[in-house]
Parts: sequence; C-alpha cells; structure tokens
Amino acid sequence: MKKYLSFFRIRFLAGLQYRAAAWGGIATQYAWGGMTILMFHAFYQNAENSFPMTFRELSSYIWLQQSLLAMFMTWFYDNDIFDSITSGSISYELCRPCDLYSMWFVKNMAIRLSRVVLRCVPILLVAIFLPDPFGMRLPPDITSALLFPVSMVLGFLVLVSFNMLIYISAFYTISPMGIRILVSSITEFFAGALIPIPFFPEWLQSFMYALPFASVQNTPFLIYVGHLNTAEALQSICLQAVWLIVLLAAGRILIKHALKKVVVQGG
Amino acid sequence: MIQLKNISKTFRIAKRDAGLKSAAKSLFHREYTRIEALKDVSFTINKGEMVGYIGPNGAGKSSTIKIMSGVLTPDSGECVINGRIPWKNRTEHVREIGVVFGQRSQLWWDVPVIDSFDLLRDIYKVEQAQYKKMLSDLTELLDIGEIIRIPARQLSLGQRMRCEIAASLLHNPSILFLDEPTIGLDAVSKIAVRNFIRSINREYKTTVLLTTHDMQDIEALTERIILIGKGRILLDGPLAELKNHRSSHKTLTVDYLGPRLCVPENLRLLRDEDGHAQILVDTDVVTVSQAISIISAHAEIKDISVAGETIDETVVALYKEFAI
Repeated sequence: MKKYLSFFRIRFLAGLQYRAAAWGGIATQYAWGGMTILMFHAFYQNAENSFPMTFRELSSYIWLQQSLLAMFMTWFYDNDIFDSITSGSISYELCRPCDLYSMWFVKNMAIRLSRVVLRCVPILLVAIFLPDPFGMRLPPDITSALLFPVSMVLGFLVLVSFNMLIYISAFYTISPMGIRILVSSITEFFAGALIPIPFFPEWLQSFMYALPFASVQNTPFLIYVGHLNTAEALQSICLQAVWLIVLLAAGRILIKHALKKVVVQGG
Repeated sequence: MIQLKNISKTFRIAKRDAGLKSAAKSLFHREYTRIEALKDVSFTINKGEMVGYIGPNGAGKSSTIKIMSGVLTPDSGECVINGRIPWKNRTEHVREIGVVFGQRSQLWWDVPVIDSFDLLRDIYKVEQAQYKKMLSDLTELLDIGEIIRIPARQLSLGQRMRCEIAASLLHNPSILFLDEPTIGLDAVSKIAVRNFIRSINREYKTTVLLTTHDMQDIEALTERIILIGKGRILLDGPLAELKNHRSSHKTLTVDYLGPRLCVPENLRLLRDEDGHAQILVDTDVVTVSQAISIISAHAEIKDISVAGETIDETVVALYKEFAI
C-alpha cells in the first residue's frame, strides 16, 4: 500500500505546481457556471413548473459541477500514460514490482484531486454568497448531506475506472486520439455534464440510466440537492457500486490480456 | 543464474507501400509481415558474470532484455532467472533485477532526482538503513552527490545517465541489465560509467548483462561476449574468440608529400589522390610496421592512421560466414 501512497504523493505534489492554470480554470468555471445558470433562468421565467428540478436545486447542481469539475470531467486523460504506451517507455513501468493497473489508477486519482483541491474552494466560497436563488445552498436534509460524500467518492472511482479502459485501449490502437475524442464527447453527454439528466425526455433518461456514465456526477449531485428521496438515493448508490465493480473487473481482465500481447514500441 | 532455452519471438508488423493510394487501401485491407525477432536463443549466465551482448540494430538485443525483465512474453522457449519465469512471476522477479534502458528515462522529469529515488525506495520497499547506505555508496561511486537535488530535466545527458544507473541499483538487485548505458555519452562520462559497472560487479557480485555498440565498452568490461544477429546467437564465448573471426585486414590512411605512391604486390592501393592514399594491408602477409616502412621508403609521411574492422563489419562478415 505504501508504494501507491508515495506514488500518489509525488503526482499530487507535481499537480499542485500548476497554479496559473488553476487560476485560469477558476475564472473559466465562474463564467461557464454563471452563463449556464442565467440561461436556465431565462427558461424558468417562462414556465417555471414545466421543469423537473426547482431553480434552486439547479443552481446548486451547476455550482457543484463547476467546483468539482476536475474530479468529474469526462474528457480529461493523462497524456503521460498514453505517451508511455505509444513511445514504449512503459518498459520501465513494467520493470517495477508494482501492479500497473493500480499504479495508473492512483496516478489518475492524484492528478484529478490535485486540480480539484486548487480550484474548488474559491468557486464554492463565491457561489455560497451569491444571492438566492442563483447561489449554492447546503443540502436540504441530513440524509442527503451524509449520502453525498459516499456517492461522490463512488462516482469518482467509477469515472477513473472507466478512464482506465481507454488507457488500456491504447495498447491495441497505437494512436489513442480517435477513441479518445469519440468517447469523450459521448461520455460528456451521457454523464449529464452538459445538461443534468432529469432534463432529458423520459425514454432517453431510462437509456441513460442504463449506462455507467449516469453514475459519475449525476448521482452525487442529485443526492446533494435533494432531488432523490432516501430510497432512490440508496438505490443509485448501489448502482454506482455495481458499475464500479464491473468496470474494475473489465479493466483488470483487459490489461492482463494487453500485457500478454504487448509490443513495446521503438526498439 | 540466467538460463534461456530456445526462446523465440515473432512480431507482426503492418506494412504498406508508399503513397496515398496504398494508404487508402490499407484502411480496408492490411498486409502483415512476420518478423522473427528471436529464433532459438539459448544461453546460460552464471552469478557474478559480466557479459557483453552485442549485435547490430534490430538483431534482437533489446527484445531479449525485455523478455528477461518480464516485459515481453516470448512465443516459445524457456527462460528461468533465479528460479523464476520472468513473465509469469513478474512482480517477484523484477524485485531482484535492475534495468537501465539507455534510450529512455525512469526519473520523474519535473522533480529533483532525490524525489525519484525516494519513490523507488518505497516501490521496492527498501529498508531505510539499507537505502541510506546504498544511496551514499552510489552517490560516491557515481559522483552525483551534487546533482541529485536538481530536477531531472535540467541535467546533462551524462549526469542524467549516472542518475539513471543509480536509480536502477537502489534496491541492490542481483542482476543488472544495461541496454546501451553509454549511448551518447562523452569520453569522461563513459569512463566513469565503465569504472562504476566494474566496481559494482566486483563488490556486490552483481551479474551484469550489457548491450552496446561501443567496442571499447566491451573490451573494458567483459570477458565473455554473446553475439546476436537477425535473432540468432552467432557466437558465445570469450572476447578473443570474436577477434579470431575478425578479418586480418587493416586499412592504412596516409597523407604524404612526394610523387604518387607505387606499392609492392603484397599491399593493395585502394585510392591515391593529391597526396592522400588508402592502402589495404593483409596482416597475415605483411605486418603493419613493415607496411609503414615500405610506404615511408617511397614518400614522406605527413600523417598516418590504421583502422581495423569495426565490430559491425565483423558482424557483417559473420553473416556471410553463417550464410544468413
């Protein structure tokens, strides 16, 4: 365990070095979050009752999404990992008494978390002090407040274990760009990162909930804002756990197969 | 103890002709060629031996090292190192080996070298006391005490390579694979690296397998060489055996003053223009010193150099000899 912790530490510390990027990100996220909320506000003014979430719930959802963006952004992949596969420097990583899957998993978590740590506090601070109903509110009841962190961690792990599948696919494709672009836009849509999932038509929603991506950010955010009742929340958390197990198992099987037939590039 | 028996590995490589048309065609139908990277490779290396593994580019040196370090799985054959099969017991196996890939880096680019070392300590679970001793030994022997607090990206190639070698030895492996450790280094760094490898082998009884294109590396370090070409072992024996296979021809390059050279029959004039000549000497017939005295009798020598066959030329000659 200790080696993975040290590995996490070195990546986390390296991630904290990029302060200018963090300020840039924060500014973008204020602007993006503000724009999204104002856009929805315009719709709500027309027909407040025809939407599935209250406007307050939606504001909290958006600010949560912006502050935790680095944790849940579906399009983010670590280029180091792709490079190590395509250039062949993976040789060194395979010469370590470590499990490659765990090593990459930890690395991904570390990069995402180092970014979140730098960005979430300033965004949340401002969002909390925004005037009602545009600001971020605390969870409506104690159950939501307790279930949210559980679901957030699960959602995060589901996303990283899905990312792992894309990294591993680079063993088979040589250039990972194609798959990466395709998968990024699809997951972005189906995770509810563009529009929260409750806003989609019923038939599409049932399809979306059958995919793992709904278990990434949609579930914890809906629990936080109190959109799900306790039974629904627990059910969603179980679904997250199931997806996590399935994706972890798939990743393990795939990497085992990939390493057996691995061709190290470049001599 | 390293034992390889009839190891074979084939790679499948997609190929296509140049040009847009064939690129479009290859979208639908790919042609593959099979390349036999290794064919029936067998050898045994005992504990504490230092062996040079040589051969031209693409001969299969790196593939062999990757198989022995558990990175690649061969198609067939047996490989047992310290009682383990590398690709089956990868995690246990790699604990006992150190690998340096001269063309790649294992140091984390953005952080001081010492941080990479500390991480490796944790990865290999090296005890603090042992780590401290090893680190002070290595920093002294490789003379890197001054530079381990600098981020890897700011080191020169020679400095970085010394740190890379130290990084591969922190867990005191019983076997060290060096894949072109002196590539691109200047003379001073090369000598430092060679001295270090020799002392590690002597002090810790580390088994060393070294690939290189630098014949001086081999002459300075190893008693035994294994020569590989096109995936097959061509020679395995003491360095002298390779020399027996080297041709007895030497080339003399001479700058001289005076009239055009005219040499006796036992020398062959390859070129002679504007006081610059190349002469081929068969040392079975004439010794080099005899040849020089013959030439100096004809003309005043301004400059002279003697070149033997390079190792790669020997290999090419051996290809012919082995008819592959």
